[in-house]
Amino acid sequence: MAKRYRSAREITFDVFNYVVLGIIGIAAILPFLFVVAGSFATEAEITKRAVFLVPTTISLDAYRFIFSTDTIVRSIGVSLYVTVIGTAVNLFFTVTMAYPMAKRYLMGRNLILNLVIFTMLFGGGMIPTYLVIRELHLLDTLNALILPGAISAFNLIIVKNFFQELPAEMEEAARIDGCTELGLLWRIVLPLSKPVLATFTLFYAVGHWNNFFSALLYINDPSKWPLQVMLRQIVMLSQSAAGDLSSMDPNFVQPPEQSVKMAVIVVGTLPIMCVYPFLQKHFAKGVMLGSVKG
Amino acid sequence: MKQGAAMGAAEISAGTGFRRSRREQRFRRLKRDKWLYILLSPGLLYFLLFKYVPMWGVLLAFKDFQPFLGFWKSSWVGFEHFRTFFQNPDFFMLLRNTLVLSLYNLVFFFPAPIILALLLNEIRLSFYKRTIQTLIYVPHFISMVIVASISYVFLTTQGGAVNEFLFTVTGRKIDFLASPDWFRPMIILQTIWKECGWGTIIFLAALAGVDVEQYEAAVVDGASRWRQTWHITLPAIRSTIVILLILRMGTILDNGFEQIYLMMNALNREVAEVFDTYVYALGITQGAFSYSTAVGLFKSVIGVVLVLGTNWLAKKSGESGLY
Repeated sequence: MAKRYRSAREITFDVFNYVVLGIIGIAAILPFLFVVAGSFATEAEITKRAVFLVPTTISLDAYRFIFSTDTIVRSIGVSLYVTVIGTAVNLFFTVTMAYPMAKRYLMGRNLILNLVIFTMLFGGGMIPTYLVIRELHLLDTLNALILPGAISAFNLIIVKNFFQELPAEMEEAARIDGCTELGLLWRIVLPLSKPVLATFTLFYAVGHWNNFFSALLYINDPSKWPLQVMLRQIVMLSQSAAGDLSSMDPNFVQPPEQSVKMAVIVVGTLPIMCVYPFLQKHFAKGVMLGSVKG
Repeated sequence: MKQGAAMGAAEISAGTGFRRSRREQRFRRLKRDKWLYILLSPGLLYFLLFKYVPMWGVLLAFKDFQPFLGFWKSSWVGFEHFRTFFQNPDFFMLLRNTLVLSLYNLVFFFPAPIILALLLNEIRLSFYKRTIQTLIYVPHFISMVIVASISYVFLTTQGGAVNEFLFTVTGRKIDFLASPDWFRPMIILQTIWKECGWGTIIFLAALAGVDVEQYEAAVVDGASRWRQTWHITLPAIRSTIVILLILRMGTILDNGFEQIYLMMNALNREVAEVFDTYVYALGITQGAFSYSTAVGLFKSVIGVVLVLGTNWLAKKSGESGLY
């Protein structure tokens, strides 16, 4: 940028701006850091000091406690299953639908596009959807957490727009070389779309891991609860289904309720924190692709 | 084999001089694109089954649905459920809570990402800017259950950090979680914490598209940074703001089921209960399917009217609008 005159007022603003944004940045992750610190603390420490970032004695009691029964482990299993299978289903459904819709010459394309857009505007709502799930005998099955959200209309349209922008010449060349429609999708279109697909894989996966609503609606059987529902039971309803005091060795001191809750919160967030660095690289670009056209 | 993309419907085939019927042409195109249609079918099936069948299911709102009779044999009652709902004092409570929460959102949350994006845009140290962005996006990816859980852990009167602190300073504790007065500020703060950073993405993208020459010209003309912001930056992102405002208008009756459901309890219900939580409580937990479908339908219809209405207004006032 061209060198320009900076008045004292502008310098003051700059300093102020850098400081304020620094504070906002820290505030975004601070509550979570407190929770992480608290989860490693002992009961004495939590009652003595209200808020701290580094516990004086590191204790793993809270974690040993929540993993002493298989309640948490089982719900992690459910969440992982739904996340992996669910994301695969999402990608399959989204890609197979977006690809034909990207072909401008396809008969009925506009009708289908309008039908999809209409679902973004109006929906049957909670109860009719619930009844459909019930009629399909999906209640209390993990499929109820996967199938009803197989395609996000919004994501579908972004992927469709992306496919549409791919150079048509490449496709024609492949066709002349005798490539079939499926081969075209598999060998030309998908490899060219890796960045978009990576973005949506991560978005769908995060959505599944964080999903609470569907499980609340469709799953009554506690053994099929995903981690988010279990979290609510333990933290908000204070039902200590997790942890079994009798299974602990006699020297085990019962961890404070607070640090157990904090440990459960950490466990529920950990996978997100692990994929976040990869996520972060892609999403800004991915979100913008074909979404807002000013 | 390969056919042109835009083929005339009643084209005369050159070689044979044989005039193909429209139907035949269609059939040929269907046959040519059969793989595309096969690929399309799982997605179409999904939309039909999970989106369009429930849409048709809203007819339940006009029936007196008896589970043992099923959809077809249950009797029609017309607008009976709607009438009951409008006469119920709950209706005003829901409408008030929903509108007040939306208004708070509009006033306190909506401008936040815009201001944050404008501040970020003034940062020239790109390393610093990227670091801040990385940090402020984090909460968006954390589930609402975690956000609510963190709030519980900190705000509880039984050893919550905030109350321990309050107690040391003032000697009193505030039961944030069970107080009707604190419910709305709590919800708005959660929303700001979770989504404000993420909300900047769209504005930063719009800001990145602003022509640098405009700023240079403005500097030559002696415009201060505040003037540049007012006369160049803000007008540049106006259409983005309008579009997001339209989208928000459409969801004015949606207050985020998960968040409200998680933060609501018997003590703050009077200010917390909104349309979605009401539908859940009556429909799913109490089995009043028809009545709660009517409540849900009322909400959706108003929502659609609001989107189309705001869009129309936006177009009238010279903005591009959504549709």
